[in-house]
Amino acid sequence: MNEQQTLWQFMSMESDKLLSQTVQHIGLTFISLLFAIAIGLPLGILIARRRKLSGIILGVAGVLQTVPSIALLGFMIPILGIGAKPAIVALLIYALLPIIRNTYTGIIGIDKHIIEAAKAMGMSKSQILFKVEIPLAMPVLLAGIRTATVINVGVATLASYIAAGGLGEFIFGGISLNNTNMILAGAIPAALLAILLDGLLALTQKLDFKKLKKVLIFSSVFLIFLTAFYVLPSAYGSGLKAGFTPEFMGRQDGDLGLKSAYGLKIKTVVISDAVMYKAAFSKELDVISGYSTDGRLKAFGLKILKDDKGIFPPYYAAPIVNQASLSKFPELEDVLNLLAGRITDSVMTDLNYRTDYLHQTPEKVARDFLVKVGLYKSPKGGAGETIKIGSKIFGEQYILAEIYSMLIKGNTNYQVETKTGLGGTKICFDALVNNQIDFYPEYTGTGLLAILKPDNKIVSQISHNKDETYRYVSDEFSKKYKIKWLKPIGFNNSYALMMRQKQSSEIDVNTITDLKNYLDKN
Amino acid sequence: MIELKNVSKKYGETIAVNQVSFEVKEKENLVLLGTSGCGKTTTLKMINRLINPDEGEIILNGQNIINQNTEILRKGIGYVMQNIGLFPHYTVEENIAIVPKLLKWDKKKIQDRVYELTEKLHLPTNSLKLFPNELSGGQQQRVGLARALVSDPAVLLMDEPFGALDNVTRTSIRKEFKDLEELKRKTMVMVTHDVEEAFELADRICLMDKGNIMQIGTPKELLFNPANDFAKTFLDGQRLALEFKIVTIEDIWEMLPNAMHTTKSLSANVSVWDAMEKLRSTQATELQFSNKTQQYKSASFDELIKAFNQYKNFTKHE
Ligand SMILES: Nc1ncnc2c1ncn2[C@@H]1O[C@H](COP(=O)(O)OP(=O)(O)O)[C@@H](O)[C@H]1O
Ligand SMILES: [Mg+2]
Repeated sequence: MNEQQTLWQFMSMESDKLLSQTVQHIGLTFISLLFAIAIGLPLGILIARRRKLSGIILGVAGVLQTVPSIALLGFMIPILGIGAKPAIVALLIYALLPIIRNTYTGIIGIDKHIIEAAKAMGMSKSQILFKVEIPLAMPVLLAGIRTATVINVGVATLASYIAAGGLGEFIFGGISLNNTNMILAGAIPAALLAILLDGLLALTQKLDFKKLKKVLIFSSVFLIFLTAFYVLPSAYGSGLKAGFTPEFMGRQDGDLGLKSAYGLKIKTVVISDAVMYKAAFSKELDVISGYSTDGRLKAFGLKILKDDKGIFPPYYAAPIVNQASLSKFPELEDVLNLLAGRITDSVMTDLNYRTDYLHQTPEKVARDFLVKVGLYKSPKGGAGETIKIGSKIFGEQYILAEIYSMLIKGNTNYQVETKTGLGGTKICFDALVNNQIDFYPEYTGTGLLAILKPDNKIVSQISHNKDETYRYVSDEFSKKYKIKWLKPIGFNNSYALMMRQKQSSEIDVNTITDLKNYLDKN
Repeated sequence: MIELKNVSKKYGETIAVNQVSFEVKEKENLVLLGTSGCGKTTTLKMINRLINPDEGEIILNGQNIINQNTEILRKGIGYVMQNIGLFPHYTVEENIAIVPKLLKWDKKKIQDRVYELTEKLHLPTNSLKLFPNELSGGQQQRVGLARALVSDPAVLLMDEPFGALDNVTRTSIRKEFKDLEELKRKTMVMVTHDVEEAFELADRICLMDKGNIMQIGTPKELLFNPANDFAKTFLDGQRLALEFKIVTIEDIWEMLPNAMHTTKSLSANVSVWDAMEKLRSTQATELQFSNKTQQYKSASFDELIKAFNQYKNFTKHE
């Protein structure tokens, strides 16, 4: 009950955002659906006429559908940039297959005698198409549109990865910030939307053709109206544009701090970490919220703006382990501590650079590193119990997980299972608490701000000192969750604002204060 | 009215129709008869260009159909098919009104014509607002016929029009069909594999086998002067019944004993078969007949048979 109330409170507090995200979500879904119909319907008709083409066209549409959504969005960026355009195109591509396929099967499924009768009565090709084929294929066609709509409502949540808005902003922001209410505030409306649209379309499938015709006319007007809602975010103006991750948007040591401590006012879009650096590189964005050790910093020629007011506290990275696992695997702690203090900032940046930019596999990078520092031992091939390692869904965590896996295999008889790519902080942490994994690498700042979430007083007292932060989180974690913070690995990964090196020197912006002054002048 | 000249159609290696030529006169009903796969449907569909021939030409009203706009050509030819092919998303009324709508008739005219046809074809008026799947098979077939007749085309093509019906419905609809005034003024080509049906409805029959015409002629010619063994054996199974049905009292008039004028005489147009049926059903020993010239004849069962046999011998040696 309490949970529900706070969810309600969250939703009413954030009702502006919720409304605009919902509108964006509906807009995205329907614009792409409209385009998908405009392309898919003629294609479906074409392949029903020229059956030989059906294999190729359905095949291509099918392959496009299997491209993972994030990858598809990623492919779009070099071509279409970020924002609404690539999101609409990606959604359109997903919606295409069910529409083409159902138009095709709907038309070829029509009793051929009916078509023959139509011909024999002297109907022209277009009369047959509009008066016979489309009406008779309509139930199947509508089923395709229905499938496409539901797919689109779902995939549209990912639009927030590339700054196209939608309910994904809450969902992914909530996942990174470990904020259940925020997740639900995005997920519930998205689910309701899917159910509602699915239900409405199911109703239309039951109508006979006469009524359907009226409904169709009405709903296409309605559709166009809806899509008009989604004003393309093209009116960004000439100033600088920032892209921040959903997590950064909601954190005190993120956007909130930028606003309160620096008074920074910049046009901001929400974007995923995965595409943010590239978008900055290709001048889609000017300012991004990156991690200080990220390899892409080096790869894309970006420069960190100095945090002259110190709002981004440095974060130690350290493995956090379930205490139950420590007693179950007595050798574990010592093995993990082998890495303590071994990876400095520059080493970590270099390791990240190897995976992100040189495209080396995390295994290779991990192995090369261990060999270099003399910690590598070939696996013992032990048959002991299995330790499960988790990692969040980004490169640095993959590398750390691999390093730990090699250390365990080389020094103990335990077996190892890695569960990489466990989404954001929330997913990883929940997995740990629920014993789905035994440990994963975490950052003290994230532990403080995203998991413990103490009140602001405590945060401001301790968060500027990395050792105090470490002490605080390790005490609280062991009390609250029976989770132990092992020794820090060495590097600090903190948030940082970044710009292209070239632009930064052109406009002479080197610190966040410089940025604020520049923005105020222009 | 309709003329086919050396028309052929091939599907890969199969010759569906081979060098077919025939003429259908105005208001004549030509029946294409043959077993399944002999090329009847293909022949028929070439007349309204649902299929285009590989060779030969088809002349309709003195014009080669190749030179006509297909859509206009088809609007002028009624077409009834075995599978009926009603539009399932149209009501009965809308189904019947398809061609007039294409021809842009005004609403009133369409409605009047639809009502007229439903009456003539014994369709219940409340069925007009129903959808085809709500009708019985026989009713659907009538709607199919109404749809083909609605614009009163001079030419009517029918592909196994009673093929989808059960036997009882089939026989009764066929009877109605024969008496339908609308149909008497049509030039018709009808396809069937049913010999009895062909004999009942045809002015002339075109007997086909493997794409070739085996014989073309009146039912009597087919029965009594088969052109070849195929034509002969094709009818053998039902020969006797067909002969009784096709030979009329008029045909055997001379061989029947004279009679006095009676009030209860039958028309000489009835077939020998019908006369025998009448004798059997009324348990009478004799029947009286009258012909157009007001002459009278009477006959018992034996006398009928005797006259019939004489007639047969005569026509065979003709
Ligand atoms: N579209 C087609 N493709 C290939 N063969 C066909 C096609 N239509 C008809 N045929 C062949 O042509 C022959 C004549 O067919 P059809 O005219 O339908 O015969 P009928 O109507 O007398 O039963 C048959 O052997 C049939 O298999
Ligand atoms: Mg046929």
